[in-house]
Amino acid sequence: MSKVLVIAELDGHALNPSTAKCVACASQLSADAIDVLVLSDQCSDATATAATIDGVSKVLSIEAIHNANPLAAVLAPQIAAAAADYEYVLGPSTTFGKDVMPRVAALLNVGQVSDIMAVESPRSFKRPVYAGNAILTVEVPEGKKVIATVRTASWKEASSGNSAPVEALTVDAEIPVHTRFVELASEANERPDLQVAKKVISGGRGIGSAENFELVYKLADKIGAGVGASRAAVDAGYVANDMQVGQTGKIIAPDLYMAFGISGAIQHLTGIKDAGTIVAINKDPEAPIFEIADIGLVGDLFEIIPELEQKLGD
Amino acid sequence: MNKILVCLKRVVDYNVRIRVKPDGSGVVTDGVKMSINPFDEIALEEALRLKEAGNAEEVIVATIGPDDCQQQLRTGLAMGADRAILVESGDEIDPLAAARTFLALIEKEAPELVVLGKQAIDDDCNQTGQMLAALWGRPQATFASKFELTGDTARVTREVDAGLETIEVDLPAVLTTDLRLNEPRYVKLPDIMKAKKKPLETIGISELLSDLEMQIKASNWAAPGQRAKGVLVNSVDELVAALKDKGLAA
Repeated sequence: MSKVLVIAELDGHALNPSTAKCVACASQLSADAIDVLVLSDQCSDATATAATIDGVSKVLSIEAIHNANPLAAVLAPQIAAAAADYEYVLGPSTTFGKDVMPRVAALLNVGQVSDIMAVESPRSFKRPVYAGNAILTVEVPEGKKVIATVRTASWKEASSGNSAPVEALTVDAEIPVHTRFVELASEANERPDLQVAKKVISGGRGIGSAENFELVYKLADKIGAGVGASRAAVDAGYVANDMQVGQTGKIIAPDLYMAFGISGAIQHLTGIKDAGTIVAINKDPEAPIFEIADIGLVGDLFEIIPELEQKLGD
Repeated sequence: MNKILVCLKRVVDYNVRIRVKPDGSGVVTDGVKMSINPFDEIALEEALRLKEAGNAEEVIVATIGPDDCQQQLRTGLAMGADRAILVESGDEIDPLAAARTFLALIEKEAPELVVLGKQAIDDDCNQTGQMLAALWGRPQATFASKFELTGDTARVTREVDAGLETIEVDLPAVLTTDLRLNEPRYVKLPDIMKAKKKPLETIGISELLSDLEMQIKASNWAAPGQRAKGVLVNSVDELVAALKDKGLAA
């Protein structure tokens, strides 16, 4: 019997939507069961949400004070122990999953498939390499566990409406004390999360300053969009690192992506290739962003953004 | 610290527009510029700064690959590493095999800190550092944007999706670097000359690893699907109309 274990990602105590995307990927593996594993100091919120995801057979929880924060060194031995009866262990290709899953794979002495974008067959997967400039098909031999991360931008969240059973799980794992959580600094804002937002507005170096980014925020708030940025804008200190979109930042797939003052380095483009519609606004008509934009407008963004704000969303 | 080990990978230079071979057997690398993986350059820079601040005695750079990798190791020596180790392997190896190989080097060299880039820009796997930390049974501080050492403990700020996370790890530990940790130095000509005299040791991979079986097999490379050619509009009004057309604006 082939079973899939999906490792839940939490935001605080709430379930992150990446978990439902992993379930969507898991549902293509022709497995007999898909179980979700929640590790936290308070699991009930997340297990309740996970139980509603369609396709989930049961939700397992390991509730312990040492699971209060997602430290890979602490979680990995517990996940590896829980994975004993599973043929597949999937986690999201977010910073959470990228940190913990390879550690799980190594503890189980198996390789990992990173960033599954498509399931070709239960043991064959497509994944992007070279910043998405090539698509590689990989095969995992029979008899080996498949440990993988799921490229969240390639998958839609599995629907909800299910009421799967929830069970507490105990595992025999040694919990290391060599790694300790200190703090998490997040910029508080009310805008939609980049990785789930239907609309995203991004600014690049062309925005010019942190103050000028207010223009971008105002437009985003008018149309209910999340706000992203290019690496250049983050490096220049205009915005926080968690807003970076691209090969090394967030890979996103909103219905609408609008890029203001972003030239379009390949490392940025790889983060937005799955967007429904890409709009580029740049004063340089030669900017590479226009090569992949569905709609382009050449002009001064300091005139265009306020005009757009006025004309959109009424 | 006595020793810092920095693990480098030779990759196609980040400025090269890669092309997939027509038969799908890989990407074109003949005649293509090769460089140190940019994240690994940041890793080496961090190690060198720790040494320059008096926090380490020796910085060793190591890589796994064919003889050509000596170029990248020499660049690492020119940046300031004290010596280099090439683990010679003709075959492509996967991250787990790389981690097992570096673990064998750790057992030989006993470094207090191992620094690697968070991912290589060719396979984009983002696995080797984490796997190495697991096999070594030591902490991992991944995606680091700040590293502060206090005695045998390091405080590391990590770039995570939710913002900046700070953790504390006891040494020995594995550190993987994000883009904003530092800006690597440029190599100067006299340093290149000096680097030629620094020790570069070559070890066959079979001396470190008994089995080289790759667990995940690459079967085909393909070019990504292209997006359809877009349109240029001439005004905000046209843009708004186009968005309304697609149902993306009210």
